[in-house]
Amino acid sequence: MNKEDLKIIYILFKKELMGYFNSPIAYIFIGVFLVVGNWLFFKNFFLIGQVNMRAYYDLLPWIFLFLSPALTMRLWAEEKKAGTIEFLLTLPVTDWQVVLSKFFGALAFLTISLLLTLTLPFSLLSLGNLDWGPVLGGYLGAILLGGAYLSLGLFISSLTKNQIIAFVLGLVACFTAFIIGAQFVLIGAPKFIVPILDFLGLGNHFYNIAKGVIDSKDVIFYLSFIFVFLFLNARVIESRGWK
Amino acid sequence: MIEIKNLTKRFGANTILDDISLTVNKGEILGFLGPNGAGKSTTMKIITSFWSPTKGSVKIDGHDVVADSLATRKKIGYLPETVPLYDDMRVYEYLKFVAEIRGVKKELVKDRIKNVVISCGLKSVLRKPIEELSKGYRQRLGLAQAIMHEPDILILDEPTTGLDPNQIVEIRDLIKKLGKEKTVIFSTHILSEVSATCDRAIIINNGRIVGEGSPDALIKSAGGKEIIHLKAKGPREEIMKKLEEIENIESVEFKDEESLAVPGFDIISKPGVDIRENLSKTILTNGWSIYEMHKKSVSLEDVFRELTK
Repeated sequence: MNKEDLKIIYILFKKELMGYFNSPIAYIFIGVFLVVGNWLFFKNFFLIGQVNMRAYYDLLPWIFLFLSPALTMRLWAEEKKAGTIEFLLTLPVTDWQVVLSKFFGALAFLTISLLLTLTLPFSLLSLGNLDWGPVLGGYLGAILLGGAYLSLGLFISSLTKNQIIAFVLGLVACFTAFIIGAQFVLIGAPKFIVPILDFLGLGNHFYNIAKGVIDSKDVIFYLSFIFVFLFLNARVIESRGWK
Repeated sequence: MIEIKNLTKRFGANTILDDISLTVNKGEILGFLGPNGAGKSTTMKIITSFWSPTKGSVKIDGHDVVADSLATRKKIGYLPETVPLYDDMRVYEYLKFVAEIRGVKKELVKDRIKNVVISCGLKSVLRKPIEELSKGYRQRLGLAQAIMHEPDILILDEPTTGLDPNQIVEIRDLIKKLGKEKTVIFSTHILSEVSATCDRAIIINNGRIVGEGSPDALIKSAGGKEIIHLKAKGPREEIMKKLEEIENIESVEFKDEESLAVPGFDIISKPGVDIRENLSKTILTNGWSIYEMHKKSVSLEDVFRELTK
């Protein structure tokens, strides 16, 4: 990848990111994300009485579950419906550049929303000693987890031209990817697939990182997950007009 | 120069394009005619690398549109049939995006936008959101987008559909102006448009080229027959009988009547023979009178209908 390629990705990325702020979806998204997250967190915070963000990080995968497909649902579906995909993909750009810019546009938006929750750790500071390790780990993990959800949602958006379908299927797919690793599923599952499910479940690696222990295994898991779905996404786009 | 060789496109069992070959030279305006579903848009989608061909190849200045598509895309400006635009952007924002992604140099972006805004008449809507634009302005913006990077080749898919007559003339003039230095391929249903703007026309039906040539040549190739319309005062049957006796006449057809006493006929002669003199003599010597006689020219419409039946 040379400088020219990066420049094209950057221009497309800018367009994708501006796309969020040009429509009301960005403001609704940020509003819902902050209100729901903070409210659920502070509901129990004073009952538990501990100065850490663990309760918040327990919530995050669930909140992301609903919000990530909302971010990705329109990315391909709308291009297809409005026909702008024909404009976009006849520009001198490669399919990969478009896929990457859409992914990073969504991820940047998610990161911006996440940065707005930094008010949480800073409010906690005034209440006692905060261990910054887990907090920063949590944010890093959240970006990786969000990236995984987004890549999956983006892939699903490329399969349809209906945004609602993209949202619902995206939600189902993300939910499945998350739930297969959840404790209550692992307890009921046959013994021999437990380690596999435990590894594949999207949430577990996040909880590891959010403890403040950044293991390259967890990071690599997310990066591979993201790569696989971006790759599938590019293949779907490549195969346009084949059938 | 665009070289299309044995281009075939299939969707499953459906053959959309069937072995099309044609060459478009630099600086030529080529009209692409055909009924809906004939394969016009499909051909354009393949030239612009949106779809890939099932068989055959398209080369632009020697570069293949599949293997070397980044190079060919840079040479092409494309206006798809549906005029897709990003509705949530503003006109200026959109043009700026197009200029940047098309690789217009930073210091030239402003000038280039200014140029296309002037030549497409977009000045009054520059600050508007695209979703508020009327159909005519959308079309112009689509065209502006296509010419932003000053491409050698313009591919315009039905650029005048849905416009009012004034706008059609404007767009047509713009195409003509652009066609002076660029290669233009445009598709249309409106045949007068082809006669008005094109150097050459291709008629395509069911995925095959059924007619090719300049609009005049196409009309001539339709058989070179001449139809003469005649209205005469007299008894219908008798006139018909006498007319049929004239030399070099292929057929006489009763067409319409002004009143019962004045029937009208369409008379087709054998190619290359002028029968008007004989016609008038026949009518007059029989004591009838001529009310009207004119040559009906075969129009491109007739050719089109003949070839795409």
